[in-house]
Amino acid sequence: MTIQQTDCDILVIGGGTGGPMAAIKAKEANMGLRVTLLEKANVKRSGAVSMGMDGLNNAVVPGYATPEQYVKEITVANDGIVHQPAVMAYAQNSFSMIRYLDGLGIKFEKDGSGEYNMRKVHHLGTYVLPMPEGHNVKKILYRQLRRLQVNVVNRYIATRLLTGPDGRIAGAISVNTRTSEIMVIRAKSVVLAAGAAGRLGLPASGYLFGTYENPANCGDGYAMAYHAGAELANLECYQINPLIKDYNGPACAYVTGPLGGYTANNRGERFIECDYWSGQMMLEFWRELQGGNGPVFLKMDHLAEETISQIETILHSNERPSRGRFHDGRGTNYRHRMVEMHISEIGFCSGHSASGVWVDEHARTTVPGLHAAGDMASVPHNYMLGAFVNGGIAGQSAAAWCAANDLAPVDMDAVMAEQERILAPTRREDGFTPNEMEFKTRRLVNDYLTPPKVTAKMRIGQQRLAEVRDDLRHLVARDPHELLRALELQSILDCADMAAAASMYRTESRWGLYHLYNDHPETNNDDWFCHTMLYRDQNGRMAHRKREIAPYIVPVDETEMNSYHSLRTQPQTIAAE
Amino acid sequence: MPLANHATSVPVTVDAAKCIADKGCRVCVDVCPLDVLAIDEAKGVAYMQYDECWYCLPCEADCPTDAVHVAIPYLLR
Repeated sequence: MTIQQTDCDILVIGGGTGGPMAAIKAKEANMGLRVTLLEKANVKRSGAVSMGMDGLNNAVVPGYATPEQYVKEITVANDGIVHQPAVMAYAQNSFSMIRYLDGLGIKFEKDGSGEYNMRKVHHLGTYVLPMPEGHNVKKILYRQLRRLQVNVVNRYIATRLLTGPDGRIAGAISVNTRTSEIMVIRAKSVVLAAGAAGRLGLPASGYLFGTYENPANCGDGYAMAYHAGAELANLECYQINPLIKDYNGPACAYVTGPLGGYTANNRGERFIECDYWSGQMMLEFWRELQGGNGPVFLKMDHLAEETISQIETILHSNERPSRGRFHDGRGTNYRHRMVEMHISEIGFCSGHSASGVWVDEHARTTVPGLHAAGDMASVPHNYMLGAFVNGGIAGQSAAAWCAANDLAPVDMDAVMAEQERILAPTRREDGFTPNEMEFKTRRLVNDYLTPPKVTAKMRIGQQRLAEVRDDLRHLVARDPHELLRALELQSILDCADMAAAASMYRTESRWGLYHLYNDHPETNNDDWFCHTMLYRDQNGRMAHRKREIAPYIVPVDETEMNSYHSLRTQPQTIAAE
Repeated sequence: MPLANHATSVPVTVDAAKCIADKGCRVCVDVCPLDVLAIDEAKGVAYMQYDECWYCLPCEADCPTDAVHVAIPYLLR
């Protein structure tokens, strides 16, 4: 098979949220740059915001919050393990990005005088901006990509990054998902924006694609960064979300909370003071389930009819609009019945937690010329607006990189080796299918890597995952679509290995349920008040190191640091209701 | 190991009377993030080829003739 080759200045991998904004901001920085946006689905409807979004969860709007307050809130919510300069870069650019998106035509809720209608969901500050008409985010982004002449390439999945002899980025190898044709794309700078690792644990329903994240976001970016030698940060800080049971989508407390809805136990009682997703909140949720007070529900049946109608309009037309027909199927009407919730399977996603490819305040990874943004980069709790802001920062940094760097030479031996790896499953007549190998991998993740974490279990998990890896020599793909799934399975397996190794490296408990480690139940700030970095060493083995926390630019005192540790409602609070 | 073909229900239904794939329409196939839809060339109608659905709805929302309906996959219902 012949290998196509193409050149550009900036290659953006992932056409969801952060990727398009990286491409847009790179072009706005320098229209002369040749920017290619590679997407394994179709940019028109790809990524986490395929069907739009019902609100900004982390808007830093003047008059409601300052960047300093936001940096403090996220530092506290993430147990102090943050790179504050990157959170600050986000916070300082948050409002200008909202204005930019507003200018493009994305609609945010405003009051009668045209001011943004901010709501409080976080424990301390006010950062939520509803988007009741946020269903056409992707259409508006697509229009801007066209206007700026970004070269959009759909239905190609990037499989490996290429680096030059000096270690800097040289481009990527990709495969057409419908023809299995291989294409090498050389680039001066690459922006990785391939989304979360959302197909890591297996949903309780057993349906492989019934995930919280768009299942196309299966950890390709994490795997590619790892194989390119980039460092990945705090992967043991899993993403675990409180979701609608079985449907596995948001219930959604961020929309309903400001309107009076709340998370309740089987007596309909509130048990957490704050519905903002944090490891500590998830720990209280888990304890309620374990302690015999479950199921846990989202309670709205006490609200007025007009409020419920408003909630239905928002939740059933944005982000995950099939929520409405799911509830219909079970006869769940918000007016009369609470929505049963549960705890999701595990994943990696900095959008809601902190696990991601390490980036600094310019979205730079540890590989020169390689940037990362969105759910797969290490800026914690960054949600959709973080993907836009950090994507924009990545695009601008990539544009600046291009001014000083040429294309790095490509190692053709590496290309040929990768071609062999890619196509191996197509050369077999029989063996194990991608779906069954994926099912097994993800079932093992549930059985052995899900919190509470136990060393003896994780060791068995590693052993079983190694057996699955050995079975890759039997992986068979009968058509290009199955080859796509076969490649994704290999990313999922890489992420599972990283989840186990990262979890066993940090020998303490932190971030509530996300890293609840039974063998080391206490938080140990003396030894572990640091980032943990996972990387591929020179011998190709998974290695770890600690990275010091950069000096805080926004100081946080001891009492404030513990505020997310007291989320459980106190007895008098319940009595007062 | 030898392979088996086993049957499974799929959540996406296409109304053949409304579908205009025979006129070259490929909208649902294009927008699916999981690439699970295809065209039956003999019938000129779109159908769900792979049971890998995120019940996300672009295929239904973007269909120009309202031919596509997405149900919740049976295992989740």
